[in-house]
Amino acid sequence: MSFLRYIGKNRLTITFVLLGLLIFLFIIIPLAKMVFSSVSDTETLWETLLDPEVSGAIGLTLFAALISTIVGFFLGIPLAYILARNNFPGKRLVEGLIDVPIVVPHTAAGIALLFVFGRNFFLGEAFEKVGITFVDSFAGIVIAMIFVSIPFLIDSAKEGFKKVDVRLEKVARTLGASPWQAFFRITFPLAWRSILTGNIMMWARGISEFGAVIILAYHPMIAPVLVYERFETYGLDYARPVAVLLILVSVIVFIVLRTLAYRGDKS
Amino acid sequence: MIEVNDLSVDLGEFVLKNITLAIKEGEYFIILGPTGAGKTVLLESIAGLYPIKSGEIWLRGKEVTGVEPEKRKISIVYQDHVLFPHLSVRKNIVFGLKMNKVTAAEQDNRVNWVAELLGIGNLLHRKPDTLSGGEKQKVALARAIATRPELLLVDEPLSALDPETRETVQQELRRLHQALGITILHVTHDFEEAIALGSRIAVIGEGSLMQVGTPEEIFRHPNSEFVARFAMTRNVFLGKATKQSNGDTVFQVDGTEFVIAGETEGTYHASIRPEEILISTEPIRSSARNCFPGTITQIQDKGSTLYITVNAPPELSCLVTRHSFEELELRKGKRIYVTFKATSVHLFD
Repeated sequence: MSFLRYIGKNRLTITFVLLGLLIFLFIIIPLAKMVFSSVSDTETLWETLLDPEVSGAIGLTLFAALISTIVGFFLGIPLAYILARNNFPGKRLVEGLIDVPIVVPHTAAGIALLFVFGRNFFLGEAFEKVGITFVDSFAGIVIAMIFVSIPFLIDSAKEGFKKVDVRLEKVARTLGASPWQAFFRITFPLAWRSILTGNIMMWARGISEFGAVIILAYHPMIAPVLVYERFETYGLDYARPVAVLLILVSVIVFIVLRTLAYRGDKS
Repeated sequence: MIEVNDLSVDLGEFVLKNITLAIKEGEYFIILGPTGAGKTVLLESIAGLYPIKSGEIWLRGKEVTGVEPEKRKISIVYQDHVLFPHLSVRKNIVFGLKMNKVTAAEQDNRVNWVAELLGIGNLLHRKPDTLSGGEKQKVALARAIATRPELLLVDEPLSALDPETRETVQQELRRLHQALGITILHVTHDFEEAIALGSRIAVIGEGSLMQVGTPEEIFRHPNSEFVARFAMTRNVFLGKATKQSNGDTVFQVDGTEFVIAGETEGTYHASIRPEEILISTEPIRSSARNCFPGTITQIQDKGSTLYITVNAPPELSCLVTRHSFEELELRKGKRIYVTFKATSVHLFD
């Protein structure tokens, strides 16, 4: 009786929980199924990990995503701050354009990048003169990753800066701080958590990028491309262990970083 | 000390214009104005934190109009403290000292000095979010004066506090001003706060400066309806002053004639402060020239005092203590007498 009454009283919660559960299982089951069915076959997994092509690809993915995040940090944070603090005509347009990489199909993004950073455009030409080429190179992987993942960093950092009361900067100024000092001693530390979250998101997004990278740089081979190649050439059984490793590594690193960021927030 | 010449500031919705102020060394100067009059922006403009449209600002004989805020030696304390939330109280205070490249030993001296001055020595290791409102305000003051500014700006420092804390912080401000001899520019919307602290008051409203004077001058001789209404003179009337054949000057309003001091004639505003009107159940025989019967139309309870609205006509607002309120058994609809002196009626344009 009381159980029925409970259901009667909480119909909305129960309905939403059931629907939520559905989508949660949809995310979890494929990942879990693949990971667990491979983990039981430890030998193959171990062999795959020791395959220099696989470990090299995973390492390259993590490293390239890290480099793009670092570049994104130095170029994205200033823009995020400007957008958080200033109003100017066309600001909405700028904000909208920054988010465009999220909605553009990533293969199309790769083509667009190839156009600009290829040899037939002055930018690509200019970089080539200083010895940087973007086709089938590490630099190509990095710019592809930056392009598709920078919106996450900029948006997150911008929200973080907005939450810092502008009068904190004003007070700092009256106390003798230059605009730079006010930024680095007050605003930046206070927005740090959002910036860190943005960086983690950007890094994670970089690791998972496939479409834009494969257009610019099939080689050197990042892990998502390797998964694709093995699937195309040898079939599901060969692609799966690599995919599992990639998922495991990404998830572990993601969890570790999130935990660190969370702890930083608590203290 | 500080001079503001013909300052104009664009506030988006309206413009604050032609602000001219001269504040003396060591003065406690109040800017009084209603909420939304642009008081905070005026302070920020003086500190160099808000771009001005035109005008000049001079500090101790030097023009600082285009000077960066960090070089002006003007500190600001905001209504809601605005302490650096990630820094301890001590680090909040030290911040400005570090920015001014004060030596470590001197930093310690200054921290001890302001901590003692404001009685916050036991809070130095705490984070701002663990402090009470009054404590935060004291820390904000400590942080502002630790750098030894030439001018201290305080923006509604008492408004966010509960009445008891407000009293303490108000005393603290008065004490600081006396102990340090520092020039303070304080903005508020609270007339009583202005009277209590200010050596001089500037009233702003409707985008410009309405009147500058001592509290007494503002209080007794408001120069405009705006100032009068703001100065809590609740009785402001528009009427006609005429000289009578018997030599008296009277002010006619709603068919009633107030006897007034002076010999002015013409159409004017008149104000009478509510506390200068006596209420009695019988007509009073006294030197006060004005005594009228009236009916109580409204009673506003303010705790220890009450505002009684009496329709003579016109409607007069009178301030009585709770004691006399009870003794006279005042209630709505009761017929009573109001009495006030001719000199209590103040005429202005």
